[in-house]
Amino acid sequence: MLIDVHAHFHHDRSPRADWAALNARRLAVGERLGIRWQVGSVLGTWGRRSPTYFPSPDDVSYGNDRMLGIAAERPNRVRAYACVNPNHPAHAVDEIERCLAQGAIGVKLAASRRATDPLLDPIAELAGAHGVPILHHVWQHRRRDWPGQEASDGAELCALAARHPATRFVLAHLAGGGDWQHTARAAATTPNVFLDLAGSGADQGMVEAALAAVGPERLVWGADLTFCTAFARLRELERLGVSAEDRDAIRGGNARRIFPKGAFDAR
Amino acid sequence: MRVDVHAWIGEYPWRALPTTGVGDLLSTMDAVGIDRAWVGSLPAAFRRDPRPDNEVLYRALAAHADRLAPAPTVHPDLPGWERDLNEAVAIGARAIRVYPCQSGIDPAGEAMHALANATAAAGLPLVLTVHFEDVRQRHPLDVAPELEASAVRALLRAVPKVQLVVAAARRPLIEEVHWGSTADESARVSWELSHLWGPPEDELARLVETVGAERFVFGTHWPLRVAEAAAAKLELLEVAPEVRALVEGENAQRLEE
Repeated sequence: MLIDVHAHFHHDRSPRADWAALNARRLAVGERLGIRWQVGSVLGTWGRRSPTYFPSPDDVSYGNDRMLGIAAERPNRVRAYACVNPNHPAHAVDEIERCLAQGAIGVKLAASRRATDPLLDPIAELAGAHGVPILHHVWQHRRRDWPGQEASDGAELCALAARHPATRFVLAHLAGGGDWQHTARAAATTPNVFLDLAGSGADQGMVEAALAAVGPERLVWGADLTFCTAFARLRELERLGVSAEDRDAIRGGNARRIFPKGAFDAR
Repeated sequence: MRVDVHAWIGEYPWRALPTTGVGDLLSTMDAVGIDRAWVGSLPAAFRRDPRPDNEVLYRALAAHADRLAPAPTVHPDLPGWERDLNEAVAIGARAIRVYPCQSGIDPAGEAMHALANATAAAGLPLVLTVHFEDVRQRHPLDVAPELEASAVRALLRAVPKVQLVVAAARRPLIEEVHWGSTADESARVSWELSHLWGPPEDELARLVETVGAERFVFGTHWPLRVAEAAAAKLELLEVAPEVRALVEGENAQRLEE
C-alpha cells in the first residue's frame, strides 16, 4: 500500500486561479501512480490573506475546513492534517481538537515558530495524547533565517522530539532542499522522528544516507509538490536492493504504524 | 532512442557520491533505458585547468564510443584554450562544456563570446550549467553564483550562430530567456529537463506546450542526481508519442548532426 504522508491541497481563497485543477491533477496522478492514500494539509490561504508560514487563525481554520472537506469528499483516498500556527496557542490547541474530532489524523506544523520554542510543547503533548503524529516542515541544516518563515532544522526538531518521546514526529521533505546529510545525522539517535523522503531533490546518496542513519523502519514516503522525484525514489529503492519487505514498510507500512489505528480503514 | 545530454563522470568536491565511474554510468543508463550520453568530467568544472581532466575523460570513454560521447570542458580565459577545443573536435566530442561561474569569468563577457563563436564555427553545441546543487544545500565555501538568464540572452544575441544547451534550469529562467529573445535567438537554445517539475505542477508539460517540444532535451545531471528522476519526468509527461520522442532523444540527435 502506497501512502503519501505529505500532500497539499488548495482552495478558493488561495492565490492560484487554477486551484481546483491543481487538486484534481494531484488526485488523478495519484491514481495513476497507485497512491492508496494522500494525507494532505492546507497552509491557511497560501499567502493570499496572511503569510503561508504565518497564517492568521481565521485562515488556519478556513484552510483546515477546506482540507477536511476534500477528505470527506474522497473518504477512500484522502486524509487530513490539522494545520496550526503555534504563535496563537489557544487557537492552535482548540483547532487540533476540532479537526481531530472531524476526522483529521495528524497535525501539520509548518515554519511559524522554531521547533525548540516552548510554545510548541502543548501542541506536541496534545498530539501525543491523541496518538497522532506531527508532520513538521524542516529546512535541512538551516544556517540562518530565511525570509517568510521561521524554519527549523533537523537538530531543532529532534530537540522537540526528545522532550516529547511519546509523540511521533515526521520530519518533512528530506529532499526538499538543504543539507540532508546534516538531518540524517541529527535524526539518527531520536527514535520518535521519522524521515519523509518527499521533495523535488533527487540527490544521489540521499536515500542511502537516510537508510544508514535511521533504517527502513523510520522512513516514510511522500511527494509534497512533485510526484516525479517521489516516483523516482520508489524505483531507486528497488535499484539499491532494498528488500521487498523494507520497501513495503517505506511505501506505507511505517505510515500505518505511526498514524492512529484505523486511520486508513475505509470510512 | 533516449539520449542523456547532461551526465558527468568523476568526483564532486563538496560531498562524496556513491557512484561516479564509467561502469557506474553504464549500469545507470541500462537501469533507466538510456541509449547514449554526452559525458563531461565533473572535477573539470572546479579546477583551474580542465585539460588533465579532459584527458582522463577521453581515456575513460574510449572503449564505449558507441554509447558515451565526450563533452569536454574548455575554460576560455586560459592561454591556448583554442588548442583544447581543437583536440575536442579531433577526438569527436559531441559538445563543449563551459562553467563561467565556477571559473570566475563573466558568463556574457568577451571570453565567452570567443568560445561561443569558436564552438559555432566547429558545429558543436555549447553546454552551460545553471547550478550543480540547490543553493540551500551548498557547502559554505561553494559560493559561485548561478548562471543567470541575462547571460544566456546576451550570449544568444552576441553570437548569431551559437547553439546553447542550458542544463539544470528552472521554469522562470527558461521563460525569461525564451520570451525575452527573438524567435531566431530562442531557436538556438535547448533546455535540459532535469530540474523541471512534473505533476501536479506540470512545469515540463506546460513548457513543452508554450515554449515548444523542439526546445527540450533529456538529461539526468548524474552522478549528482539519480537518473530515475529524469526518467520519471519523461514517464509522467502526458504528450503524444511523437512529442515525447523529440524530448527523449530526437532533439539531441539533431544537435549532434
